[in-house]
Amino acid sequence: MKSLLEYVGIEPGRLHFSWISSAEATKFQETVVEVTESVKALGPAKHMIKDIRKVA
Amino acid sequence: MEAVAQKIRETAAKLLSEGKVDCVIGYAQGTVPMRDYPYFAYTPEEAQNLTWSPFCCNNLANFLIRRPKGEIGKVAIVAQGCVSRSIVGLIKENQIAREDVYILGVPSPGMVDRRKVQDRFPLKTITEVTVDGEDLVVKGKDFEERIPQKEVRRDNCYTCVQRNPVIVDEMMGEEGPSDWGGNIDAVAAPWEKLEPGERWEAFIDEVDSCIRCYACRDACPLCYCHVCFVDEAMPQWCGKTQDEADVATFHILRAFHCAGRCTDCGACESACPQGIKVRRFTSKIEKDIRELYDYSPGMDLEATPPLSVYRPNDPQEFIK
Ligand code: SF4
Ligand code: SF4
Ligand code: SF4
Repeated sequence: MKSLLEYVGIEPGRLHFSWISSAEATKFQETVVEVTESVKALGPAKHMIKDIRKVA
Repeated sequence: MEAVAQKIRETAAKLLSEGKVDCVIGYAQGTVPMRDYPYFAYTPEEAQNLTWSPFCCNNLANFLIRRPKGEIGKVAIVAQGCVSRSIVGLIKENQIAREDVYILGVPSPGMVDRRKVQDRFPLKTITEVTVDGEDLVVKGKDFEERIPQKEVRRDNCYTCVQRNPVIVDEMMGEEGPSDWGGNIDAVAAPWEKLEPGERWEAFIDEVDSCIRCYACRDACPLCYCHVCFVDEAMPQWCGKTQDEADVATFHILRAFHCAGRCTDCGACESACPQGIKVRRFTSKIEKDIRELYDYSPGMDLEATPPLSVYRPNDPQEFIK
Protein backbone atom coordinates (compact mmCIF):
# COMPACT_ATOMS: atom_id res chain seq x y z
CA MET A 1 0.00 0.00 0.00
CA LYS A 2 2.81 2.36 0.94
CA SER A 3 4.62 1.57 -2.26
CA LEU A 4 1.46 2.15 -4.31
CA LEU A 5 0.73 5.48 -2.65
CA GLU A 6 4.28 6.64 -3.22
CA TYR A 7 3.93 5.55 -6.83
CA VAL A 8 0.97 7.88 -7.33
CA GLY A 9 2.79 10.74 -5.64
CA ILE A 10 1.92 10.71 -1.95
CA GLU A 11 5.03 11.85 -0.05
CA PRO A 12 7.02 8.98 1.52
CA GLY A 13 7.02 10.59 4.98
CA ARG A 14 3.25 10.96 5.17
CA LEU A 15 2.25 7.38 5.73
CA HIS A 16 3.64 5.36 8.60
CA PHE A 17 3.14 1.83 9.78
CA SER A 18 4.11 0.50 13.15
CA TRP A 19 3.46 -2.50 15.28
CA ILE A 20 3.26 -1.59 18.95
CA SER A 21 2.20 -3.80 21.79
CA SER A 22 0.08 -2.38 24.59
CA ALA A 23 3.09 -2.91 26.85
CA GLU A 24 5.41 -0.83 24.71
CA ALA A 25 4.69 2.61 26.06
CA THR A 26 8.07 4.06 25.18
CA LYS A 27 7.93 2.77 21.63
CA PHE A 28 4.47 4.29 21.26
CA GLN A 29 5.64 7.64 22.54
CA GLU A 30 8.72 7.63 20.32
CA THR A 31 6.75 6.64 17.24
CA VAL A 32 4.17 9.35 17.75
CA VAL A 33 6.90 11.95 18.04
CA GLU A 34 8.59 10.63 14.93
CA VAL A 35 5.39 10.54 12.88
CA THR A 36 4.38 14.02 14.00
CA GLU A 37 7.76 15.45 13.18
CA SER A 38 7.92 13.81 9.81
CA VAL A 39 4.44 14.94 8.81
CA LYS A 40 5.02 18.45 10.15
CA ALA A 41 8.15 18.69 8.07
CA LEU A 42 6.10 17.95 4.96
CA GLY A 43 3.59 20.67 5.70
CA PRO A 44 -0.15 20.50 5.10
CA ALA A 45 -1.41 17.76 2.74
CA LYS A 46 -1.73 18.84 -0.85
CA HIS A 47 -3.51 15.81 -2.24
CA MET A 48 -6.58 13.78 -1.41
CA ILE A 49 -8.42 16.77 -0.03
CA LYS A 50 -12.07 17.09 -0.73
CA ASP A 51 -13.43 20.56 -0.28
CA ILE A 52 -17.06 20.00 0.59
CA ARG A 53 -17.86 23.63 -0.24
CA LYS A 54 -16.75 23.00 -3.81
CA VAL A 55 -18.49 19.67 -4.38
CA ALA A 56 -21.75 20.21 -2.62
CA MET B 1 -7.33 -18.75 -36.39
CA GLU B 2 -10.34 -19.99 -38.32
CA ALA B 3 -9.24 -23.57 -37.63
CA VAL B 4 -9.32 -22.85 -33.90
CA ALA B 5 -12.76 -21.26 -34.18
CA GLN B 6 -14.00 -24.30 -36.12
CA LYS B 7 -12.59 -26.63 -33.48
CA ILE B 8 -14.29 -24.59 -30.73
CA ARG B 9 -17.66 -24.83 -32.52
CA GLU B 10 -17.32 -28.58 -33.09
CA THR B 11 -16.19 -29.33 -29.56
CA ALA B 12 -18.84 -27.09 -28.03
CA ALA B 13 -21.59 -28.72 -30.09
CA LYS B 14 -20.34 -32.16 -29.08
CA LEU B 15 -20.14 -31.33 -25.37
CA LEU B 16 -23.64 -29.83 -25.43
CA SER B 17 -25.28 -32.64 -27.39
CA GLU B 18 -23.65 -35.29 -25.19
CA GLY B 19 -24.91 -33.40 -22.16
CA LYS B 20 -21.40 -33.14 -20.69
CA VAL B 21 -21.93 -29.43 -20.08
CA ASP B 22 -25.01 -27.21 -19.93
CA CYS B 23 -23.39 -24.14 -21.33
CA VAL B 24 -20.33 -23.17 -23.32
CA ILE B 25 -18.96 -19.72 -22.64
CA GLY B 26 -17.08 -18.30 -25.59
CA TYR B 27 -17.21 -15.36 -27.97
CA ALA B 28 -19.46 -14.44 -30.85
CA GLN B 29 -18.82 -11.94 -33.57
CA GLY B 30 -19.82 -8.44 -32.52
CA THR B 31 -22.24 -6.21 -34.37
CA VAL B 32 -19.57 -3.54 -34.69
CA PRO B 33 -16.05 -4.28 -35.94
CA MET B 34 -13.40 -5.45 -33.45
CA ARG B 35 -15.88 -6.03 -30.65
CA ASP B 36 -16.44 -9.74 -30.34
CA TYR B 37 -18.53 -10.27 -27.28
CA PRO B 38 -19.02 -12.96 -24.61
CA TYR B 39 -21.50 -15.53 -25.78
CA PHE B 40 -23.31 -18.30 -23.92
CA ALA B 41 -24.18 -21.31 -26.06
CA TYR B 42 -26.81 -23.58 -24.51
CA THR B 43 -27.60 -25.74 -27.57
CA PRO B 44 -25.48 -27.34 -30.32
CA GLU B 45 -27.12 -24.89 -32.76
CA GLU B 46 -26.09 -21.90 -30.68
CA ALA B 47 -22.58 -23.32 -30.56
CA GLN B 48 -22.31 -22.51 -34.27
CA ASN B 49 -22.23 -18.81 -33.38
CA LEU B 50 -18.99 -19.19 -31.43
CA THR B 51 -15.87 -17.60 -32.82
CA TRP B 52 -12.23 -16.94 -31.99
CA SER B 53 -10.31 -13.86 -33.10
CA PRO B 54 -7.88 -11.17 -31.94
CA PHE B 55 -10.93 -9.13 -30.89
CA CYS B 56 -11.82 -11.23 -27.84
CA CYS B 57 -10.93 -8.67 -25.19
CA ASN B 58 -13.15 -9.75 -22.31
CA ASN B 59 -12.01 -12.08 -19.58
CA LEU B 60 -14.54 -14.92 -19.66
CA ALA B 61 -13.51 -16.18 -16.23
CA ASN B 62 -15.66 -13.30 -15.00
CA PHE B 63 -18.76 -15.30 -15.98
CA LEU B 64 -17.87 -18.36 -13.92
CA ILE B 65 -18.53 -16.58 -10.67
CA ARG B 66 -21.76 -15.41 -9.07
CA ARG B 67 -23.52 -18.42 -10.59
CA PRO B 68 -26.35 -19.52 -8.32
CA LYS B 69 -25.41 -22.97 -7.06
CA GLY B 70 -27.39 -25.82 -8.57
CA GLU B 71 -29.18 -23.60 -11.05
CA ILE B 72 -26.76 -24.36 -13.78
CA GLY B 73 -24.58 -27.41 -14.14
CA LYS B 74 -21.14 -27.81 -15.49
CA VAL B 75 -19.90 -25.21 -17.95
CA ALA B 76 -17.23 -25.22 -20.60
CA ILE B 77 -15.20 -22.10 -21.15
CA VAL B 78 -12.88 -20.89 -23.87
CA ALA B 79 -9.66 -19.83 -22.19
CA GLN B 80 -6.35 -18.45 -23.39
CA GLY B 81 -3.36 -17.88 -21.09
CA CYS B 82 -4.58 -14.99 -18.94
CA VAL B 83 -8.14 -16.31 -18.65
CA SER B 84 -6.86 -19.73 -17.55
CA ARG B 85 -4.73 -17.95 -14.95
CA SER B 86 -7.81 -16.13 -13.70
CA ILE B 87 -9.61 -19.48 -13.47
CA VAL B 88 -6.74 -20.86 -11.39
CA GLY B 89 -7.07 -17.81 -9.15
CA LEU B 90 -10.81 -18.32 -8.75
CA ILE B 91 -10.31 -21.99 -7.85
CA LYS B 92 -7.71 -21.00 -5.25
CA GLU B 93 -10.08 -18.39 -3.82
CA ASN B 94 -12.81 -21.03 -3.59
CA GLN B 95 -15.12 -19.21 -5.97
CA ILE B 96 -15.42 -22.15 -8.34
CA ALA B 97 -14.62 -25.84 -8.21
CA ARG B 98 -12.19 -27.33 -10.71
CA GLU B 99 -14.60 -30.16 -11.56
CA ASP B 100 -17.38 -27.70 -12.47
CA VAL B 101 -15.50 -26.20 -15.39
CA TYR B 102 -14.37 -27.80 -18.60
CA ILE B 103 -11.59 -25.71 -20.09
CA LEU B 104 -11.29 -25.39 -23.84
CA GLY B 105 -7.71 -24.15 -24.09
CA VAL B 106 -6.67 -21.78 -26.84
CA PRO B 107 -3.23 -20.36 -27.60
CA SER B 108 -3.65 -16.59 -27.58
CA PRO B 109 -3.06 -14.66 -30.80
CA GLY B 110 -2.67 -11.46 -28.76
CA MET B 111 -5.67 -9.17 -28.73
CA VAL B 112 -5.99 -6.06 -30.80
CA ASP B 113 -6.58 -2.68 -29.17
CA ARG B 114 -9.47 -1.25 -31.17
CA ARG B 115 -8.47 2.27 -30.13
CA LYS B 116 -5.06 1.88 -31.72
CA VAL B 117 -6.72 0.80 -34.97
CA GLN B 118 -9.24 3.63 -34.89
CA ASP B 119 -6.46 6.14 -34.20
CA ARG B 120 -4.99 5.27 -37.61
CA PHE B 121 -8.17 6.50 -39.27
CA PRO B 122 -9.07 9.75 -37.55
CA LEU B 123 -12.68 10.81 -38.02
CA LYS B 124 -13.40 7.87 -40.30
CA THR B 125 -15.88 5.10 -39.68
CA ILE B 126 -14.49 1.61 -39.86
CA THR B 127 -17.13 -0.78 -41.16
CA GLU B 128 -15.25 -4.05 -41.28
CA VAL B 129 -12.04 -5.53 -39.93
CA THR B 130 -10.94 -9.00 -40.92
CA VAL B 131 -7.88 -11.05 -40.12
CA ASP B 132 -5.57 -12.11 -42.91
CA GLY B 133 -2.58 -14.00 -41.56
CA GLU B 134 -0.47 -11.59 -39.51
CA ASP B 135 -2.36 -8.57 -40.80
CA LEU B 136 -5.70 -6.90 -40.24
CA VAL B 137 -7.65 -5.69 -43.24
CA VAL B 138 -9.49 -2.54 -42.25
CA LYS B 139 -12.32 -1.34 -44.47
CA GLY B 140 -14.45 1.77 -44.48
CA LYS B 141 -16.59 3.72 -46.89
CA ASP B 142 -13.81 4.82 -49.21
CA PHE B 143 -10.72 3.09 -47.90
CA GLU B 144 -9.18 -0.29 -47.36
CA GLU B 145 -5.87 -0.76 -45.61
CA ARG B 146 -3.70 -3.52 -44.19
CA ILE B 147 -2.18 -3.10 -40.74
CA PRO B 148 0.20 -5.63 -39.16
CA GLN B 149 -1.47 -6.94 -36.00
CA LYS B 150 1.74 -6.57 -34.06
CA GLU B 151 1.54 -2.79 -34.38
CA VAL B 152 -1.88 -2.47 -32.80
CA ARG B 153 -1.96 -5.01 -29.98
CA ARG B 154 -3.14 -4.14 -26.50
CA ASP B 155 -0.36 -2.99 -24.16
CA ASN B 156 -0.83 -5.96 -21.85
CA CYS B 157 -0.63 -8.42 -24.74
CA TYR B 158 2.83 -7.17 -25.77
CA THR B 159 4.22 -8.10 -22.38
CA CYS B 160 2.21 -11.25 -21.79
CA VAL B 161 4.31 -14.14 -20.51
CA GLN B 162 1.71 -16.87 -20.66
CA ARG B 163 -0.15 -17.03 -23.94
CA ASN B 164 -0.91 -20.72 -23.60
CA PRO B 165 -3.44 -21.83 -21.01
CA VAL B 166 -1.99 -23.12 -17.71
CA ILE B 167 -4.81 -25.60 -17.11
CA VAL B 168 -6.73 -27.31 -19.86
CA ASP B 169 -9.21 -30.11 -20.45
CA GLU B 170 -9.00 -30.04 -24.20
CA MET B 171 -6.76 -27.97 -26.48
CA MET B 172 -8.40 -26.16 -29.41
CA GLY B 173 -5.15 -25.64 -31.31
CA GLU B 174 -1.40 -26.15 -31.18
CA GLU B 175 0.39 -24.49 -28.27
CA GLY B 176 2.26 -21.44 -29.49
CA PRO B 177 5.17 -19.51 -28.03
CA SER B 178 4.50 -18.46 -24.45
CA ASP B 179 5.40 -14.78 -24.79
CA TRP B 180 5.96 -12.00 -27.31
CA GLY B 181 9.35 -11.08 -25.96
CA GLY B 182 8.10 -7.95 -24.17
CA ASN B 183 9.43 -7.26 -20.68
CA ILE B 184 6.65 -6.40 -18.28
CA ASP B 185 9.01 -5.21 -15.54
CA ALA B 186 10.31 -2.50 -17.85
CA VAL B 187 6.88 -0.97 -18.42
CA ALA B 188 4.85 -2.09 -15.42
CA ALA B 189 5.26 1.09 -13.43
CA PRO B 190 5.67 4.05 -15.78
CA TRP B 191 5.36 6.68 -13.05
CA GLU B 192 8.29 5.27 -11.08
CA LYS B 193 10.51 7.10 -13.53
CA LEU B 194 9.03 10.42 -12.50
CA GLU B 195 10.24 12.51 -9.60
CA PRO B 196 8.03 12.00 -6.53
CA GLY B 197 6.79 15.57 -6.93
CA GLU B 198 5.54 14.97 -10.47
CA ARG B 199 3.70 11.74 -9.87
CA TRP B 200 0.50 13.04 -8.41
CA GLU B 201 -0.05 15.27 -11.39
CA ALA B 202 0.59 12.40 -13.82
CA PHE B 203 -1.80 10.19 -11.86
CA ILE B 204 -4.62 12.73 -11.78
CA ASP B 205 -4.03 13.55 -15.41
CA GLU B 206 -4.59 9.89 -16.28
CA VAL B 207 -7.78 9.41 -14.24
CA ASP B 208 -9.17 12.89 -14.72
CA SER B 209 -11.75 11.83 -17.30
CA CYS B 210 -13.02 8.89 -15.21
CA ILE B 211 -16.82 8.95 -15.10
CA ARG B 212 -17.00 6.37 -12.29
CA CYS B 213 -18.98 3.96 -14.47
CA TYR B 214 -17.12 0.98 -12.91
CA ALA B 215 -16.85 -0.85 -16.23
CA CYS B 216 -13.23 -1.62 -15.32
CA ARG B 217 -14.35 -3.26 -12.10
CA ASP B 218 -17.24 -5.13 -13.67
CA ALA B 219 -15.03 -6.54 -16.43
CA CYS B 220 -12.58 -8.00 -13.94
CA PRO B 221 -12.89 -11.58 -12.66
CA LEU B 222 -11.25 -10.56 -9.39
CA CYS B 223 -13.98 -8.09 -8.50
CA TYR B 224 -16.67 -10.43 -7.33
CA CYS B 225 -17.56 -8.80 -4.00
CA HIS B 226 -21.33 -8.75 -3.54
CA VAL B 227 -21.11 -5.19 -2.38
CA CYS B 228 -18.08 -3.34 -3.66
CA PHE B 229 -16.52 -0.74 -1.38
CA VAL B 230 -17.55 1.99 -3.81
CA ASP B 231 -21.21 1.00 -3.63
CA GLU B 232 -21.32 0.71 0.13
CA ALA B 233 -23.18 3.62 1.73
CA MET B 234 -22.97 2.67 5.43
CA PRO B 235 -20.18 3.47 5.96
CA GLN B 236 -19.32 5.29 2.80
CA TRP B 237 -15.71 4.30 2.20
CA CYS B 238 -15.44 6.33 -0.93
CA GLY B 239 -17.40 9.41 -1.98
CA LYS B 240 -19.49 9.13 -5.10
CA THR B 241 -18.55 12.37 -6.75
CA GLN B 242 -16.10 13.02 -9.55
CA ASP B 243 -14.03 15.12 -7.18
CA GLU B 244 -10.31 14.45 -7.46
CA ALA B 245 -10.10 12.87 -4.00
CA ASP B 246 -12.97 10.46 -4.66
CA VAL B 247 -11.71 9.42 -8.08
CA ALA B 248 -8.21 8.94 -6.68
CA THR B 249 -9.54 6.85 -3.79
CA PHE B 250 -11.48 4.64 -6.15
CA HIS B 251 -8.50 3.94 -8.40
CA ILE B 252 -6.02 3.33 -5.62
CA LEU B 253 -8.34 0.98 -3.76
CA ARG B 254 -9.68 -0.93 -6.74
CA ALA B 255 -6.11 -1.69 -7.73
CA PHE B 256 -5.12 -2.58 -4.19
CA HIS B 257 -7.97 -5.08 -3.91
CA CYS B 258 -6.45 -6.86 -6.91
CA ALA B 259 -2.98 -7.07 -5.36
CA GLY B 260 -1.31 -10.43 -5.81
CA ARG B 261 -4.25 -11.62 -7.93
CA CYS B 262 -4.18 -9.65 -11.18
CA THR B 263 -3.22 -11.68 -14.24
CA ASP B 264 -2.79 -8.61 -16.44
CA CYS B 265 -5.53 -9.80 -18.79
CA GLY B 266 -6.28 -6.22 -19.78
CA ALA B 267 -10.06 -6.63 -19.66
CA CYS B 268 -10.36 -3.60 -17.38
CA GLU B 269 -8.48 -1.37 -19.78
CA SER B 270 -10.40 -2.68 -22.79
CA ALA B 271 -13.67 -2.00 -21.00
CA CYS B 272 -12.99 1.61 -20.04
CA PRO B 273 -15.04 3.93 -22.24
CA GLN B 274 -12.65 6.78 -21.49
CA GLY B 275 -9.48 4.95 -22.50
CA ILE B 276 -7.96 5.30 -19.04
CA LYS B 277 -4.88 3.15 -18.53
CA VAL B 278 -6.14 1.45 -15.38
CA ARG B 279 -3.45 -1.23 -15.60
CA ARG B 280 -0.88 1.37 -14.52
CA PHE B 281 -1.91 0.64 -10.96
CA THR B 282 -2.37 -3.12 -11.03
CA SER B 283 0.76 -3.79 -13.06
CA LYS B 284 2.81 -1.72 -10.63
CA ILE B 285 1.47 -3.75 -7.71
CA GLU B 286 2.12 -7.06 -9.46
CA LYS B 287 5.68 -5.96 -10.17
CA ASP B 288 6.14 -5.33 -6.44
CA ILE B 289 4.64 -8.75 -5.70
CA ARG B 290 7.09 -10.40 -8.07
CA GLU B 291 9.99 -8.54 -6.49
CA LEU B 292 8.94 -9.13 -2.89
CA TYR B 293 7.52 -12.63 -3.07
CA ASP B 294 8.66 -14.00 -6.43
CA TYR B 295 5.05 -14.77 -7.23
CA SER B 296 2.88 -14.40 -10.34
CA PRO B 297 -0.85 -14.96 -9.90
CA GLY B 298 -2.60 -17.91 -11.49
CA MET B 299 0.46 -19.70 -12.83
CA ASP B 300 0.24 -22.66 -10.51
CA LEU B 301 -2.76 -24.26 -8.87
CA GLU B 302 -0.64 -25.45 -5.94
CA ALA B 303 1.27 -22.24 -5.14
CA THR B 304 0.10 -20.30 -2.09
CA PRO B 305 -0.90 -16.68 -2.80
CA PRO B 306 1.53 -14.55 -0.77
CA LEU B 307 -1.08 -12.17 0.61
CA SER B 308 -3.17 -14.97 2.09
CA VAL B 309 -0.47 -16.35 4.38
CA TYR B 310 1.85 -15.06 7.03
CA ARG B 311 5.48 -16.06 6.96
CA PRO B 312 7.93 -14.96 9.63
CA ASN B 313 10.31 -13.75 6.92
CA ASP B 314 7.71 -11.63 5.09
CA PRO B 315 9.23 -8.36 3.92
CA GLN B 316 8.27 -5.65 6.42
CA GLU B 317 10.66 -2.77 5.92
CA PHE B 318 7.69 -0.41 5.87
CA ILE B 319 6.79 -1.21 9.50
CA LYS B 320 8.71 0.70 12.13
S1 SF4 C 1 -12.86 -2.95 -6.16
FE1 SF4 C 1 -12.55 -4.10 -4.31
S2 SF4 C 1 -14.51 -4.01 -3.26
FE2 SF4 C 1 -14.89 -3.47 -5.36
S3 SF4 C 1 -15.46 -5.40 -6.32
FE3 SF4 C 1 -13.26 -5.11 -6.64
S4 SF4 C 1 -12.34 -6.23 -4.97
FE4 SF4 C 1 -14.47 -5.89 -4.43
S1 SF4 D 1 -7.33 -5.83 -12.85
FE1 SF4 D 1 -7.58 -5.74 -15.08
S2 SF4 D 1 -5.79 -6.83 -15.89
FE2 SF4 D 1 -5.99 -7.40 -13.73
S3 SF4 D 1 -7.20 -9.29 -13.73
FE3 SF4 D 1 -8.63 -7.55 -13.46
S4 SF4 D 1 -9.34 -7.07 -15.54
FE4 SF4 D 1 -7.48 -8.33 -15.74
S1 SF4 E 1 -14.09 2.08 -16.75
FE1 SF4 E 1 -12.88 3.95 -16.98
S2 SF4 E 1 -14.34 5.65 -16.70
FE2 SF4 E 1 -15.32 3.78 -15.93
S3 SF4 E 1 -14.82 3.77 -13.73
FE3 SF4 E 1 -13.24 2.56 -14.74
S4 SF4 E 1 -11.58 4.03 -15.16
FE4 SF4 E 1 -13.43 5.23 -14.71
